[in-house]
Amino acid sequence: MPAAPPAARRRPPQQASVDPPPALRRRRRPVLGAVWPYLLIAPTLVGTAFLLLYPLIRNTVMSFQHFRLGELIRGGATFVGFDNYSEVLNDPEFWTVVRRTLWWTALNVVLIMLIGTLVALMLARLGKRMRLAVMSALVLTWATPVIAATTIFQWLFQSRFGVVNWVLVELGFDSYRDYSWFADGNSTFFILVTLVVWQSVPFAALTLYGGLTTISAELYESARLDGAGGFQVFRHVTFPMLRQLFALITSLEVIWCFKCFAQIWVISEGGPNGATTTLPVYAFQIAQSLHKYDVGSAVSTLTVLILLVALVLNLRRMFQQEGAAL
Amino acid sequence: MTRSLRKVPLNLAALSVVAVSVFPVYWMVLTAFKPTVDIQADTPSFWPRHLTLDHFSTAVHADGFGTFWRNSLTVTLGAVLLSLAVALLAAFAVGRMRWRGRRAFILMVFTAQMAPWEALLIPMYVIARDTDMLDKLSMLTLVYFMTTLPFTIVTLRGFLAAIPVELEEAAQVDGCTRPQAFRRVTFPLLAPGLLSTSLFGFITAWNEFAFANTLIIKNQDARTLPVWLSSFSNVFGTDWGATMAASSLFMLPVLVVFLALQNRVTSGMTAGAVKG
Repeated sequence: MPAAPPAARRRPPQQASVDPPPALRRRRRPVLGAVWPYLLIAPTLVGTAFLLLYPLIRNTVMSFQHFRLGELIRGGATFVGFDNYSEVLNDPEFWTVVRRTLWWTALNVVLIMLIGTLVALMLARLGKRMRLAVMSALVLTWATPVIAATTIFQWLFQSRFGVVNWVLVELGFDSYRDYSWFADGNSTFFILVTLVVWQSVPFAALTLYGGLTTISAELYESARLDGAGGFQVFRHVTFPMLRQLFALITSLEVIWCFKCFAQIWVISEGGPNGATTTLPVYAFQIAQSLHKYDVGSAVSTLTVLILLVALVLNLRRMFQQEGAAL
Repeated sequence: MTRSLRKVPLNLAALSVVAVSVFPVYWMVLTAFKPTVDIQADTPSFWPRHLTLDHFSTAVHADGFGTFWRNSLTVTLGAVLLSLAVALLAAFAVGRMRWRGRRAFILMVFTAQMAPWEALLIPMYVIARDTDMLDKLSMLTLVYFMTTLPFTIVTLRGFLAAIPVELEEAAQVDGCTRPQAFRRVTFPLLAPGLLSTSLFGFITAWNEFAFANTLIIKNQDARTLPVWLSSFSNVFGTDWGATMAASSLFMLPVLVVFLALQNRVTSGMTAGAVKG
């Protein structure tokens, strides 16, 4: 994921999540001492408490305080109730950013799923050697670090010597001679979408292809015998068989695209003129440039709440899958 | 004949996927090796003609390159080793023991795996500032440790479940204590799992940008490679050759790790293929 990771950028699907520990089911052995397991998980609990739970709580608390540069340096923040939230929610810019974030997420996810599915279906029909070539190419893209990719895309779309402008001019679009992509909001948005889609398709395509290989050939044959065309086979055989996998990948992509930060920050810092400011970028801008840590925290909390919809769906599925192993 | 003809559009589509996937990376490497004259030519050349190592030398000799490389390595290795050690203990407790709260613990780990880290930049900055941990690599190491920990526990637990508990029991019958049985029997079998898990952690930490950018501000010597590379225009100006050389060097370890893992990744994915 993650990102990956995301941080956790794209990770391969976890082989771990399916197999229950068979050892546990079969025998109940007396444990050495009742404290041992708790000692073993203690470091994990301490780490989670200090590095995950505490920041989350701190974020929430800060969003109800007056916490600016003065409080950051001197301390002594006072509680102000929902003031920060009402400031955020009454700011039309916040709603513009929310709409933009939803549009950004929807556009990216639809493109990723569409291209990912097509590439996966293509992989299943290719000859052995060609398939290996495509898979290797996808793994190469997948392996490209986010920051390396942002640097490369800045070079590809560079105004004077960038190869994209050269190709466009060669193709007859003369207006693209020395065109500066990063000066315009829409074109920067377009480049960022291209970048994120380019980096995300391999995970979707390879995972879906992995799923496709588990569908038995007989199913396709009988569908064909019944006279189903290519699209009908996909609709009535492939898609229903892989519904779970589609749902999983879609929800992961929604989460990843929604909270995407590094790419946007490195390429445009949310500009030009805020055209690429999504919620995580917006929160960071408010806190870092305006020193309104309180309002930034409020935006972060709202971001998490919006994200929670996707997160809860995803967690529920994970628990269901893991139910057997618990 | 007609069959192979029908395959033509499919193979063309495949080729274009390969081209779109590979081209940006190819262009990075090619630019890194091109002399500046060729980079700034009116008509770019798409094949390597004159190659030079000048840009790599510029990148390697850039101010602090060695320091940033070492910082990245320190933070990444520190985080990965720490999370491996902590996760191994937790995975053992979860996979090999029964205790009250086990279920709740697993649920907590799963939830932590979905943590919205991007939304925690601000409190993390404030906390680091309060505890005098700002601009310190140890803070970054701790954050990366926590971001990789849940994933590491979940994966290690899976690998552990694949090793029959009977092996350990046999060793205990032969006179080993439980920790000995684990160390001498299970641990060696777990080694490949440990390796591949840690490599994924390595990639995550090596590539991380947001926290490195937020938590290291004043002390420029404590920056890591991603942050340094993101500010390439301050470092190299418009020297795109050197910029591309630096990003090639940054990508190299990740690529090596991916190649080492590829077998595992694709074999896991194609395991089902045998059935079909």
